[in-house]
Amino acid sequence: MSRPMTIAEKILAAHAGLDSMEPGQLVEVYVDFALGNDITAPIAIKTFRQAGVNAVFDREKIALVSDHFVPNKDIMSAEQARLLREFAAEQGIVHHYDGGESGVEHVLLPEKGLVLPGEVVIGADSHTCTYGALGTFATGVGSTDLAATMMTGKTWFKVPESIKFVYKGKLRPWVGGKDLILYTIGDIGVDGALYMAMEFTGPVIDSLSMAGRFTMSNMAIEAGGKVGLINPDDTTLNYVTDRAVRDFTVYRSDEHGQYARVIEYDCSEIEPQVACPHLPENTKGISEVGNVPLDQVVIGSCTNGRLEDLALAAEVISGRRVSKGLRLIVIPTTPTVYIQALEKGFLTTFLNAGAVIGPPTCGPCLGGHMGVLAKGERALATTNRNFVGRMGHPESEVYLANPAIAAASAVLGRIGGPDEL
Amino acid sequence: MKIKGKVWKFGEDINTDVIIPARYLNTSDPAELAKHCMEDADPDFSKKIKPGDIIVAGKNFGCGSSREHAPIALKAAGIGCVIALSFARIFYRNAFNMGLPIFECDETVGALREGDEVEVDADTGEIRDLTTGDVFRAQPIPPFMQELISDGGLIPHVLKSL
Repeated sequence: MSRPMTIAEKILAAHAGLDSMEPGQLVEVYVDFALGNDITAPIAIKTFRQAGVNAVFDREKIALVSDHFVPNKDIMSAEQARLLREFAAEQGIVHHYDGGESGVEHVLLPEKGLVLPGEVVIGADSHTCTYGALGTFATGVGSTDLAATMMTGKTWFKVPESIKFVYKGKLRPWVGGKDLILYTIGDIGVDGALYMAMEFTGPVIDSLSMAGRFTMSNMAIEAGGKVGLINPDDTTLNYVTDRAVRDFTVYRSDEHGQYARVIEYDCSEIEPQVACPHLPENTKGISEVGNVPLDQVVIGSCTNGRLEDLALAAEVISGRRVSKGLRLIVIPTTPTVYIQALEKGFLTTFLNAGAVIGPPTCGPCLGGHMGVLAKGERALATTNRNFVGRMGHPESEVYLANPAIAAASAVLGRIGGPDEL
Repeated sequence: MKIKGKVWKFGEDINTDVIIPARYLNTSDPAELAKHCMEDADPDFSKKIKPGDIIVAGKNFGCGSSREHAPIALKAAGIGCVIALSFARIFYRNAFNMGLPIFECDETVGALREGDEVEVDADTGEIRDLTTGDVFRAQPIPPFMQELISDGGLIPHVLKSL
């Protein structure tokens, strides 16, 4: 019998046509789905064209999503979005999204059933690891890697070692996936899982919703992880079954799979987390943050811009007003999320509170547009990175937290939790 | 191949938003990206450096986004190579794919001082500080990455087998 394997090893073995594999091994695998966006795909498209290859490997297995600088923020970004549109037409690429069909890629593609359990997915965007929540070996690559996969339908990987995280105990009020992953990054550091597969397990994960799971897997890259995997269960299958555009195979880690490390957390001791400037590892419990006045709060992004996130924020902010002088920006991440938030009255709640509602876009998360910070300004965001200059001026500051903390902070005018309202 | 230039030192966890801020990602033109290379850490960096100059940094260089604009900006700005304690994995892969030489080295490399004249032998991994005479050794480049380099990058490598 072959050695017991982790979910990461099983998926890679199946895609390399091997019965078994070990960490450190270099393998060529076939890719089930590949994606690029309006920032990364232009380089991949130019590289593809220069290579002189006529056709992409499979026009149904590539997504081109204009989401970062849309609606086009200036002439140059408009040209980048146009390049995606032209290439999609030229190659007959089925899954090209812009305008009113587009949304934040890592919310949009799972929502459309385009990325599925047991698959290998590469994306020219570091947060491609989001799909690990479905039990997908999904990882971010650069534009040249995307170009190569568009040509061949394959890519290469060094099989990563795995770290198993076991989340036990009972979640405290206002604690969710965002807090668990920020706590984890705070514990192991921004390179604590460098080139490793993170696997999130335990009773707390078993009872976590898909939205919370996506948030956790999304930030695996913030610890240097290659993937952030969750073994598929009923929650996963309930999410994918009616959406899946292809057949898929479910892989789960063997009981005796080998891990470089096993780390256990008692979640009963974790309060809502805040990552302070300028690294996601600079985490503190909300009670330790102190008095931090804010100029802006952003609720959205591939990390926390799903319907459940907006529901949580709306619950906290309902009947209250955004603090005078603070700007609250809420961004539903896809057209579907937008419509549902509208129908459930969340958008009215936000507007009544004094928020600005943005169209689906990555915009402010990366200091792109629709919420750029001025010199010396301070923001709290439900996004994923708080690097120097991430949301605007190099002397601005970003704090990261969950949507409930974000909504409460918008009302308080400083970082704080719903219990203070 | 030998790379020779002056050392510019940076700290740990130098992320891709520092290497090339997202506000400049509305283009992929190397010359344009080069102008803003490392701007948020040192606004005049691109003007100060000379072709062949070498970045020496701590752990986890290139963490953050997958933007290939980061190694493109460094290369186009004239950076000869990057030496670091470790590299974030997407940056590591991007650098080999598009041809920016990078070297992983142990803590001893911290002895290199800003402004030292350094020569790196890309074939042997020997790092020679011409100012002090000290010699360091980078970790060997894995065989597959050597193959990518000798093929001229990922795309020529892939085209060989198509």
